[in-house]
Amino acid sequence: MRPRRAAALAAWVTLLVACVAVIAQTRFTADLSAFLPRTPTAEQQLLVDQLTDGMVSRLLLVAIEGGDAKARADASRALAQRLRADPAFGMVANGEPVHEEHDRKLLYHNRYLLSPAVAPERFTAVGLEAAIGESVALLASPLGMLTKSLLPADPTGEMLALVERFEAGARPAQAEGAWASRDGERALLLVQTRAAGSDMDAQQAAIAAVRSAFEATRHGAAAAGLSLVMSGPGVFAVDARATIRGEVTRLALLSTAIVVTLLLFIYRSLPALVLGLLPVVTGAVAAVAAVSLGFGMVHGITLGFGTTLVGEAVDYAIYLFVQHDPAGEDGHDARPAFWPTIRLGVMTSICGFAALLFSGFPGLAQLGLYSVTGLVVAATTARFVLPALLPSGFRIRDVSPLGRRLQHLVAGAHRLRWPLVALTLAAAAAIHLHRDRVWNHELAALSPVPTTAQALDQALRADLGAPDVRYVVVVSAPDREAALAGAEEVGGRLEPLLGEGVLGGYESPAHYLPSQATQLARRASLPEAGLLATRLADATAGLPLSAERLAPFLAEVEAARRRAPLTREDLEGTSFALAADSLLVRQHGHWSALLPLTAPDGGARAIDAARVRAALATNDGAQAVFVDTKGESDRLYAGYLQEARLLAFAGLAAIVALLALTLRSARRVAGVLTPLAAAVLAVVAGLLLSGVTLTILHLVGLLLIVAVGSNYALFFDRAAGAAGPTPRTLASMLFATLTTVAGFGLLAFSSVPVLQAIGTTVGPGAILALVFSAITASRPAPDLRPS
Amino acid sequence: MIRRLFALTASLLLPVAAFGAEWNLVALMHRLAEQRSGEARFSESKHLAILAAPVLSSGVLRFRAPDRLEKITEAPRPESLVLDGDTLTVTREARRQVVRLADYPQAAAFVDSIRSTLAGDHAALERTYALHLSGARARWTLSLLPRDPKLAERVLRITIRGSDATLSEIEVLLADGDRSVMTIRDAVPTR
Repeated sequence: MRPRRAAALAAWVTLLVACVAVIAQTRFTADLSAFLPRTPTAEQQLLVDQLTDGMVSRLLLVAIEGGDAKARADASRALAQRLRADPAFGMVANGEPVHEEHDRKLLYHNRYLLSPAVAPERFTAVGLEAAIGESVALLASPLGMLTKSLLPADPTGEMLALVERFEAGARPAQAEGAWASRDGERALLLVQTRAAGSDMDAQQAAIAAVRSAFEATRHGAAAAGLSLVMSGPGVFAVDARATIRGEVTRLALLSTAIVVTLLLFIYRSLPALVLGLLPVVTGAVAAVAAVSLGFGMVHGITLGFGTTLVGEAVDYAIYLFVQHDPAGEDGHDARPAFWPTIRLGVMTSICGFAALLFSGFPGLAQLGLYSVTGLVVAATTARFVLPALLPSGFRIRDVSPLGRRLQHLVAGAHRLRWPLVALTLAAAAAIHLHRDRVWNHELAALSPVPTTAQALDQALRADLGAPDVRYVVVVSAPDREAALAGAEEVGGRLEPLLGEGVLGGYESPAHYLPSQATQLARRASLPEAGLLATRLADATAGLPLSAERLAPFLAEVEAARRRAPLTREDLEGTSFALAADSLLVRQHGHWSALLPLTAPDGGARAIDAARVRAALATNDGAQAVFVDTKGESDRLYAGYLQEARLLAFAGLAAIVALLALTLRSARRVAGVLTPLAAAVLAVVAGLLLSGVTLTILHLVGLLLIVAVGSNYALFFDRAAGAAGPTPRTLASMLFATLTTVAGFGLLAFSSVPVLQAIGTTVGPGAILALVFSAITASRPAPDLRPS
Repeated sequence: MIRRLFALTASLLLPVAAFGAEWNLVALMHRLAEQRSGEARFSESKHLAILAAPVLSSGVLRFRAPDRLEKITEAPRPESLVLDGDTLTVTREARRQVVRLADYPQAAAFVDSIRSTLAGDHAALERTYALHLSGARARWTLSLLPRDPKLAERVLRITIRGSDATLSEIEVLLADGDRSVMTIRDAVPTR
């Protein structure tokens, strides 16, 4: 026996050292990566990229509240001025015309390269007459005041067409020279960070920089009443990280405190407490190391979930200690009797958790690996290492009196059989009544962002007209030029949809930076000076505008014929630089042009996705994918849910198969499963009746009720032939349930929806599983009084 | 009989007496401010040096105190210009542009001068222009000379003609010699 013990101890120490070494290298995250798919489709990849690195992920929506409109606008200008000087921010927009001068210059000088109207036909006599006639008619309009001065140099109106295209789209309201919300109660700024949305530390620093810049600008009485509000993906992610971090720490401390208190109450012995926590610590350490090795990082949510492991793994030590008795009540060591039951219990738990391993939802897969590893290691430690460490003559306080009281209770539990049947039927009826709204189908249900923050975000977004890029067409190409050319071609396919009212508008990087080929083609459609002069004379013959007045036009066209095509560098210092960079991105070694679509009627109607897809599929040119990001994220979630149902079913099947194989009796399997099914039904009914719609995490929780609850049912089953479980077994089961409930129950109070969902399901479920098992297993016995 | 004749004469004379009260800027602005809202047809001709012939347009003007002015052009092309507070909305061929008046000071000067005149907003007009009123109540001429040098580089003078509280013509003379004349007729008060 000695060498085996030494070997077990040596293996245990080696394992601990190895795990600690792995953990020292581990990256812990608390961002939203747990909610993103592991093996995304092309559309999902785009969604993920947008969420993590896209232009939308870098937008901060800033609002200044309080004070009067003037104070808010002044604060907005002061804040914007500071942020513009900060290299951490790429764009700071608040309604001030900062880039206007540069923008106009760039458009004006490059109008023949940028204007989509530039084509050979436009510079024939007929084309010129039509275009110039249009410009002359415009002089009658109030806009004529603006365009009159442009006429001699730009009689075809290219500049105006460009300005109109860039100024189209909803722009925020103004108050006192700065953007304001529609109700006028907030000054608004739109800030884009240079750092990617996935760079959480940089996002946090940027948010802090905005706040400190705001504080620094607050001087004077007028600024006293002002306050700053921020929203946006970066803010959400940073807040979520802080919440998850705080939660994990809080949960870990609380659950440890509860379990320690409980154990001290049971054991009344400090050595027992320390030894009892040994399997827990070993299991947790090994679990973290396993997740780190398997996923490359450990998510905060996984650690938060780990508190449940504390409650679960401590059970094995409880069973061991409570039933360990050198001079046991039956006169012999009880160990051999209960280990098979525990082994079966551990295996059913593993069946449940292992199902999660196969989930495409990284959050779940991590939970699965964490739990399986944790349970196996904790159980193994309790079985092989802990006995080796028990001092000779180790014993804890005798819990038999408590056990006997429990035995008495259990003996009377059979009277509750019919009420249990009634309760189960009522639960089934309640579920049937609510069958239409059992499942929540939105990914947002998992979002760690509080609903109040989501509402603020929506309000700011609506007021700012900020792109939420719900609909976007993506054109992928091996290089930048091909992506731009693709964007132009796809733009041509979208253009007819504007007229048909399917789309309100679309953006394209090619609007800001046409492909070199297009620019050269436009340049080539400009006739040489002599030819243009002749055609111009013909064109203006019937117009009240004589060709002599248009001498500047001839000179500028000639200059444009010699102008080099625009490059990305030429956009520097204008607001088009950012637009081009946001819409033309390099990802995973290839280039993607993003064409965000605007819904028709100012967003009042939804975009008919089928029509857009049909338009994009009309020829086999550039590869364009239409993505409805909201729809895609919901589809993503629906996929998770579908998969989770399948996995839950597979897990359940594995548990049933395992029980059938071990117990070799359909009646006993049914006996074990019946109370668990009743517990699941009762929990689901309870959740539905309290207004909760079930998410994927509730489903996981239900599976865990079966996996964890089967342990209790098995103990009752083992004792079914006899007069029921021994008093010590009963006492240890009660303790085990209490620690489990403490672990899962704590999660119920978490503000992270994922953890809360599991907690509210498994916490009550574990208790019900124990009670229902006691009820179904018990039978009237003539006399159970201690003799 | 004599008493009745006297009463009739008195009633006939009364408005004349009121008419005879001193006619000045304050009185004009006061009269204009009394008209809360109205609608009229306009025809406008723009004489531009660059063009050999004037460009003509016509349509409807609508005003609602204190600060909403609509200029709906019906010919040669439908177009609408709505000035509401500080926001100028121009709609032309399904394209709608919303601009902040302050961003286009020159364009603003013109529309704002009409609006402030219709509103009888003496203070607002005085801020932007030096005002000069000539003529009598039945036929007056109000000249607006820009105070702001930048505006003066573009707009030389705006001349508004009218009778009592009704405007009949707005002439804008630009610094480059271009000129537009808007004739207003069929003015009716609206609710």
